[in-house]
Order: sequence, then C-alpha cells, then structure tokens
Amino acid sequence: MSGPLLQVTDLQVHFRVRRGAWGRQTLLRALAGVSLQVRAHEALGVVGESGSGKSTLARAILDLITPTVGRIVWNGSDVARLAAGERQQLRRDLAIIFQNPLASLDPRMLIAEIIGEPLRVHRAELDERARQREVAKLLERVGLARAIAGRYPHELSGGQCQRVAIARAMIVKPRLLVCDEAVSALDVSIQAQIIELLRTLKNDEGLALVFISHNLAVVRALCDRVLVLYLGRMMELAPAHLLYGRPLHPYSRALFAAIPIADPDIQRARLSSTIRGEPPSALTPPPGCVFQTRCPHAIQICRLKVPVWEPAGEARYVACHRWREL
Amino acid sequence: MSENAVLEVENLSVRFAVAGQQITSVSDFSLSIAPGECVGIVGESGAGKSQAFLAVMGLLAANGRAHGSARFEAAELIDAPGAALDRIRGARIGMIFQNPMTSLTPHLKVGDQVAELLVRHAGLSLRAARRRALEMLTKVQLPDAERRARQYPHELSGGMRQRVMIAIALACDPPLVIADEPTTALDVTIQAQILALLAELKRERRMSLVLITHDLGVVAGLAERVAVMCAGRIVECADVTTILRAPTHPYTQSLLRVAPHSAGTDI
Amino acid sequence: MLEEHGRAAGGFWRQAWQRLRRNRLALFAGGLIVVVILAALMGPHLSAVRYDSLDWEAIAAPPKLGGAHWLGTDRLGRDLFVRTLYGLRISLVIGLLASAVSLIIGVLWGTIAGYSGGRTDELMMRAVDVLYSLPYLFIVIILMTLFARGSLIVLFVAIGAVGWLTIARIVRGQTLALKRTEFVDAARAIGVGPGAMLWRHIVPNLAGTIIAYATLAIPQMILFESFLSFLGLGVQEPLPSLGNLINDGAREMQSAAWMLLVPAGSLVLLLVCFSIVGDALRDALDPRERPS
Repeated sequence: MSGPLLQVTDLQVHFRVRRGAWGRQTLLRALAGVSLQVRAHEALGVVGESGSGKSTLARAILDLITPTVGRIVWNGSDVARLAAGERQQLRRDLAIIFQNPLASLDPRMLIAEIIGEPLRVHRAELDERARQREVAKLLERVGLARAIAGRYPHELSGGQCQRVAIARAMIVKPRLLVCDEAVSALDVSIQAQIIELLRTLKNDEGLALVFISHNLAVVRALCDRVLVLYLGRMMELAPAHLLYGRPLHPYSRALFAAIPIADPDIQRARLSSTIRGEPPSALTPPPGCVFQTRCPHAIQICRLKVPVWEPAGEARYVACHRWREL
Repeated sequence: MSENAVLEVENLSVRFAVAGQQITSVSDFSLSIAPGECVGIVGESGAGKSQAFLAVMGLLAANGRAHGSARFEAAELIDAPGAALDRIRGARIGMIFQNPMTSLTPHLKVGDQVAELLVRHAGLSLRAARRRALEMLTKVQLPDAERRARQYPHELSGGMRQRVMIAIALACDPPLVIADEPTTALDVTIQAQILALLAELKRERRMSLVLITHDLGVVAGLAERVAVMCAGRIVECADVTTILRAPTHPYTQSLLRVAPHSAGTDI
Repeated sequence: MLEEHGRAAGGFWRQAWQRLRRNRLALFAGGLIVVVILAALMGPHLSAVRYDSLDWEAIAAPPKLGGAHWLGTDRLGRDLFVRTLYGLRISLVIGLLASAVSLIIGVLWGTIAGYSGGRTDELMMRAVDVLYSLPYLFIVIILMTLFARGSLIVLFVAIGAVGWLTIARIVRGQTLALKRTEFVDAARAIGVGPGAMLWRHIVPNLAGTIIAYATLAIPQMILFESFLSFLGLGVQEPLPSLGNLINDGAREMQSAAWMLLVPAGSLVLLLVCFSIVGDALRDALDPRERPS
C-alpha cells in the first residue's frame, strides 16, 4: 500500500452556538480548513494550544464528530460514504487514547472487562476464556502485571491507567492510533515510559500515529513530521528535525520561546520577552491572518489577507505572508 | 535557623489514617524562607510537596495529621486554632492553586471575589474594596480589567482565571505567597506570561514566594533556592544554579535529564 | 494513589459498603426493615388467629402483651396484631412491586431519551412534562371507580403508572452528563452500539442514583396506597391495609386509641426506616464522599 493511510482534505468543523437565552446563533469554527496525510509507520505530531481545534481534529478523524466541510479518506475510501459493515471495520482500524487516563476508563468496570470490550464488539465469536487470554497478552505487551486485570481504574496510577487505555486500543490491532494529549497529565518520568511504549508499537507493528500535544519536547521524541495549529487553522507543517532546527512561522517560534528551560540565566532572559495577549475567540476570529493580533511581525497585509498555505522547502509548508524575510 | 525568616518549618511530618493504617506523606521537612526570597519546591506527584504546605496552612484532609513546627510571624501554625488560621490565610499568606476553575466561586463575579477578601481582611468598605480590586486586576495584567471584573469565572479563559487568582492572593499585600502548580494547567504561551508576571510582582513587592512545581524550567526563572522532594523527603536543597547546573543527588540528576535544556529551538 | 487522597483500597461497591457499614443508624434501620418484612411475610401464618376471624369475647379489647390479643382488637373483635402484619404485607408488596415497575419504566425512558438526544429526547421529555402536570390523584380515583374497585392489580398499575416520571427525569439528566464523559467517548470510538452502551456503561453508572431513589420511592408508594385505601378506593374490607386500618382507627380515636396507634405507628416506623436507609445509601454510593 503505497498511498497514505489517512488523507484529510480541507477539514472544517463548525458548531452552532447560541449566546445567552435569546442571543443570536453564531458559528464557532473549531476547525477552519485542515489537510494532512499519514502513512503507515509514520508519526505525525499535531501541536497547538487551547482553541487550536486539535481535540476536534482527533474526534473528527475517529468519526466521533461529523465534519461540516471536507473529506476524510481512510485506506482509499471516503469515511462519510461507508456502509454499516465497513464502518465497523473503520472502528477497528482507528483507535484513540485520551488526555485524562482515569476518565477514559469506566469506573464501574474491571480492567479485564475494559480491555476486553473491543473484542466483544469486533470479535464476538470469542468466548470469555479466549477473550481473557487476549487481555493477558495485551497486559504483557504494555508492561503491566497480570494482577492489574482484577482491579478497578481508581486503584491504578495515571501511568498505569494510560497503559490500560493503550492495551484497550491495541487489542483489535488498529492501523492508526490517535493520541489526544495522551501524556500531558502524567509525570515527566512516566511520560518518557509511555512515549517509549508508543515508539515500540509504531516500529514493531507498523502503527501510524497522530500525536496531538501542546508539549513540543514530547512531540519531538516521537514524531517524524509536525503540524502546528492555531485557532483551527494550519500554521506550519515540516519534518521534525527541520522544524526544531529552524521554525519559520512566528507562532511556532513563540511556542518554542515559551518552553521553560532548566537554566536560570536563559529562563530569566526568556521571561522578559514573552508573547503578549491571549488567543482570540473562535467565535469572532480576526480578519486576515488569525495570528496577527499577537504576532510581533504583523504588518498591514496580515490584517487584510489570509496567508496562503505554500511550500517552503523540502516537504515544508507555511501560512505566513512574511516567512521569507523573517 | 535565620532570625528574620518569614516562614520557618522544622521537622514537619504529615501522616494520613487510611483503613486503619498510617501512611506518611511527608517526613523530616525543614525549610526556612527569607523575606523576598523565592523558593522552588520540585518533585513529581506523590512527593508530598503540596501536602507539606497544605499542612502549614491547616488545610489537610480530615484524616491527616501534621507534626512538627511551622513558625510564621512569631506564631505557630501547626495545630493552631481555626480562627487564628482564618485570619492568617488570605491576609498574611496568599495562596494560588493549580486549577483556578475549581478555586474560584462559580456564581460570584470575579471582581467581587477579589473585593470580598479586602472587605473581610482589610476592613475596607465595599466600594473601596471594589476600587482596590480593580487596581489589583489591572496590576495582574488582566486584559480589559474593568469589563472582566463584572464577569463570572466561566466566561474567562484559563490564563485570565489564573490572573484573578493571583490578584486574590496578593490583594492584602501578604509577605508570603504559596503557589501550588500555578501554571501546570495552562497553555505553554500563557504559562510563560504568568511566570513573567509572577517574576515582576515578586520584584516589585519584595514578597516571599513558595513555588511548588514538577517542572525545573518553571523554577529556573523565578527561584533563588530550590528544594527537591522525593517520597516525602527533601533530598537536596541548594541555590538554583547549583541544582540546575551541578546537582549532587541522583534523583535531582534524573529530573534534570528529562528537562529541556538549551536555548533556541534545538531542545 | 493512597497518599494523595487518603482513600481506602477496594472496588467501588466495596467502598460504598464500608461507608454504609459505618452508619450505625442506617444499619439499625435496615435491620428493622428486614425484621418487619420477615414478620409481615411469615407472621400471619404463625398465628392461630386469622385476619378476619372475629372474637366476640374480646371486642375492642386494649393491647395486652401476654394475653390473647397482643395489640388488642378492633370493633369487630379482629386481632389487630395479625391485621397489622397483614396490612404491612399488602403495603410492602404493592410498594415494592409498584416501585420496581416505575423504576424499570422510568430508567428505560430516561436513558433512551438522554442518550438519543435531539428530537427524540425533546419529544420524550415533553411527554413526561405533560403527564407530570396532570392531577394524577383525580386520574387514579377515576381509574379506580371505572375499573374493578378493590382490584389490587388496578391499584398497583395506577400507583406505578405515575411513579416513573420523576425517576425518568433524574435518569435523563444523569445520562446527559454521562454521555459527555471520556469513557463513553472511548466506547463510541471502539464501536460500541447504543444498546450495549446503555446496558454496559450508562446504567451501571446510574446504579447509585437508582438504588437511592428506589429506597425513597418505596415509602412513597406505600404511603400513596395507604392514602387511597384510607379514602376507601384502595384495598377493600375485610382485607386489611395499613390505610384502611388507619381509617378505622381514626373513627375510634377517642375511645380506643390503640386502634389508630398500632397501624399508624407501624406505617410511620416503616417509612422512617426506608428514608434513613435511602439517605445513607445515597451518601455511601456517592464516590465524591470522603470516608470518615
């Protein structure tokens, strides 16, 4: 299969929002035009802060939200036009793990039941014992002791819960795993372990990953390419080593500049030059480039015209009027 | 044992009674904080860093007990009577918590929440308190402060709510502020703004700041001294440059290995 | 995990049971309910006296423990102890059955409405609103007079038919909240269908609410049945129900107070016990409640 596994074209998701009891309805553009591709064995990082639309993107890829505009093509088929049987296959091929590991597990179910649930949906022919055998195999795969199977989610640590979530996601052998801020709620040392587990799964099983995070350090450890989102729009897309070597878009640069560095002199200097302002509301996006309200390099054209998504070198794209001169 | 320490904690230990057993969450915790000093308390979750200071503030859960001593402004805080602690909390010791959504009262306007503190502790009239509250909100760089002061917490973004929390903590000009993971729940660019704000406020007011966090980068820009905690104990305590550039304890070294280091983008 | 929150280990239900166990009053009340149920079920069979047998020698006899009639007799010489037990039995059966039926209907209605959302939810809940606004006491009276008077089945349907409205609303609200949780999202991503979702994820997470509501609904049903019987619309003579026993007793209140106090006292005791247990269950099943 030489083509991409997942192809998203001009994805837009709009929500209708009513302001107050008698207010008019306005449109919240959570995603305003995102296109991307993911191949097998590849990890695509999606970086953005709150309001960037990254969670909406994750849910749209998983077919949990219906796009307002745009196409999602999985394995050559348009997701919106699938028959019921093919849709079940899609649920098997795509998996997701969430930010809050404990919240993603049903508090009333035993771990063994949680991990085994996808088998009940997709491999109903298995009996209870066969299911439990599979569950035991997955527990080992994600590095958990067998005894965990008999516990409840609230008895486990955050890292253990996330491993359970990964086991549940992997038990039906998906081809693409979406990680929606999957390590943000975990301790730094546990983050490293989970990233390592994900990397092993990617390499061993040809799993494609869409890794969504606001943490650039973590994205770098895992991803081959990185897409930067801001207010539902794409800002920059580049191979990881190129982005981390030299980010082109002012927002990417602001993200890098904001990372706390564990060196007193460097960090003190960084604190005196932080980016100003808050992200604008998605209900009333600014005209022209959405980043212009906070961009230190904004000029007249940035306030008038939406920048074009254009190639900027080897497999790189950027949406900025001034990327060439900055 | 400094003579003019703002807060002097000695041999603090915290134990919880759980299902008939005693679980120790903090032991042998001793720390002295000078006026105008920022001390970073670094450790992973479960290290006991929050519990130590909840104990100092008298905010432990019902099944927790603190032993040891915490002297603040010539008064002993551990096991102090509730009324005495109520007078100190908010007025003499400001507190900033991790999740502003749950720390702010959802049904009160944010301006009133700042004013309430001033009425209760500084004895101001409501009008004077509201005026001063607006000054504080402007001081913490809340955009469009006058309009925002009349809004409810859920109408503000995470960063704005945290600014309100800082305004509340600083309203009565306390000599000591305890900030427990103040930026963990925020986006990275907003986090940088809040840290810069804290640095500026600390410089202006000469207040002591206890900064509890798991992120070494966060303490790097603010703290003069850092205490590293693991499993309820302080394993290393030194000035920030030593901790970040030449740590002696293996645990500190392991934390440093996973923290982002260099300037620029090559992290 | 333990250190940060000071919580006991164990499953959710085990924790709830531990919390419940510590509530002495609730345990006592629960024990009392069990005793009453056992007595009501077995008692009438153990006594030599039947509920409708008349003892001409002991008309309106006051209570005398150790005598022939422990709790006295009524105007027709019928033993009050046996009649009260019988009345408890009928009240309990009607209360429990009617609660069960309204619970099942209400939970189905509420979860389906809440999970479907949109137009279905609106229609279903508007139906509930309309039914809620009807003066159901009048409807029950009309039903009882139209159909076989004294038929227990009709009585039981009439009571149960309106009890489901409140639980439907409560359950629908909680279902809406559960729909937004991450584990429901995760289940949808796996491909779990709506039926399995309700059965495996939604209903078990509502169990706490349902159980707590049931223990509060049962006394309500009992009280309602007693009220109807008191009005003469429910259980008919000579079959005793707490309601018509109270009715009889009220007439004799001045001269033979025990005829009122015995059935009324039993009813109050039963209702209070159910309320205590219901409250305690609700507290014990709330996962946010910290263990003392």
